[in-house]
Amino acid sequence: KTIKLWKISERDKRPEGYNLKEEDGRYRDPNTVTTLRVPVLRPMDLMVEASPRRVFANAHTYHINSISVNSDHETYLSADDLRINLWHLEITDRSFNIVDIKPANMEELTEVITAAEFHPDQCNTFVYSSSKGTIRLCDMRASALCDQHTKMFEEPEDPNNRSFFSEIISSISDVKFSHSGRYMMTRDYLSVKIWDLNMETRPVETYQVHEYLRSKLCSLYENDCIFDKFECCWNGNDSVVMTGSYNNFFRMFDRDYRQDVTFEASRENSKPRSVLKPRKISTGGKRKKDEISVDSLDFNKKILHTAWHPLDNIIAVATTNNLYIFQDKLN
Amino acid sequence: MSSTTAMEVNIEARRILAVSISKLYASRTQRGGLRLHRSLLLSLVMKSARDIYHSSRESEALSGAQSTPEEPMDTSSTPELPERQPAPLSEKNSSETAVEESDNKVEDYDLDTTEDKENLSPARQSRKRRGKASAAPDFLPNKRARLEPGEERYAAPLTSCRVGAGESLAILSLNQIIPAF
Repeated sequence: KTIKLWKISERDKRPEGYNLKEEDGRYRDPNTVTTLRVPVLRPMDLMVEASPRRVFANAHTYHINSISVNSDHETYLSADDLRINLWHLEITDRSFNIVDIKPANMEELTEVITAAEFHPDQCNTFVYSSSKGTIRLCDMRASALCDQHTKMFEEPEDPNNRSFFSEIISSISDVKFSHSGRYMMTRDYLSVKIWDLNMETRPVETYQVHEYLRSKLCSLYENDCIFDKFECCWNGNDSVVMTGSYNNFFRMFDRDYRQDVTFEASRENSKPRSVLKPRKISTGGKRKKDEISVDSLDFNKKILHTAWHPLDNIIAVATTNNLYIFQDKLN
Repeated sequence: MSSTTAMEVNIEARRILAVSISKLYASRTQRGGLRLHRSLLLSLVMKSARDIYHSSRESEALSGAQSTPEEPMDTSSTPELPERQPAPLSEKNSSETAVEESDNKVEDYDLDTTEDKENLSPARQSRKRRGKASAAPDFLPNKRARLEPGEERYAAPLTSCRVGAGESLAILSLNQIIPAF
């Protein structure tokens, strides 16, 4: 429930040759100094340092799920299950509450906020997603408290897919604006949806991440996997979207060419300079060679976090204990 | 719906309810504090399971079962469930207060197993009121403890309570039932 701003810096040089200090830091007796020298910078092993610069505390009662810096680079929002607060980066002891969906009687609670993000260009606009599968777009110019949304994006539920777990799998785990600001992407348990900000009634594109899990929802509920929160991301020119799955698989969907591909992030498949081979999951009865059957998927190996470099084709993919960085094949 | 598939759905619904209750119970002792989103999703699954369970029982009753639709709490049917005490869900209603406080609430209720459906109003039926505290497994003892002394606070004709097995049990809201177990 606390937010901290950190400065990350790299250090690959260090000064050597102080007059009053030994190399190990002990002070020299000034009487032993007979000559003076100018310290010089010598290379050292790269060190990455993180130092906390701001601590923003005591503004959230529930667990924070999102932080988003505004395009004005002065303010940012933080969202917990029921409230969204607006902060100034320089002011740590105060924040403004801009969304509050806490009901007067907690027994009436029907949905929580699951993710929130500022628009990439319009500093007055932000969206937040809910556990019911809706996304609300709010304009901070309309009022101080943005409980009244400007737009609400919701797709009607497919009655054929109704099950015990319909509510859980429609809960949105991540929402991301495209770089252009024209679209936004949401991730729910089984799919990725692309929404045009001008159309609230349904998404313009839907991609199935792992539809073969739909018949396994009961087991996934029992082993808690159905509560996993997957993130999603856009590539630099918004033509490809990426998200994670189980068995250390991650998926990319090319919006222009209508193609999708599955890759696996694992040590065995990821020798340096080797090219990732697309993976296939066999859903039908017959399993072809090199295909992986759904029952052999490891649900403890999940990729929840992925990121795409804003300009180049370099991606970062996080498994449980490792971070993988992949890039375009070099010729 | 044929009676066999209704039975299967019935069994499935009860199993899911049992799993959900054990998850709720486990979440009390978890580190990191109350996870509101997860508790909400669990309660929604329970409500789904309860609704589907009741509708499958209705169709079972309609497809020729002898038993009267208005069966009281069938505590004998799933003996494993009432053992899961105390109530983890009462804490959802006061998510900002300590868990110990909700423990005390549980102890205060006395077990009232008599059926009193006549005095329960459909106005409190949870169909629309999709609150977190609204799934009521019918195989748990009926706890009226949360009713105020003046039960007529919900004014509704008594006859409208008799709307069938599914509806009458749906009237009981979770905040009544769950604190007791």
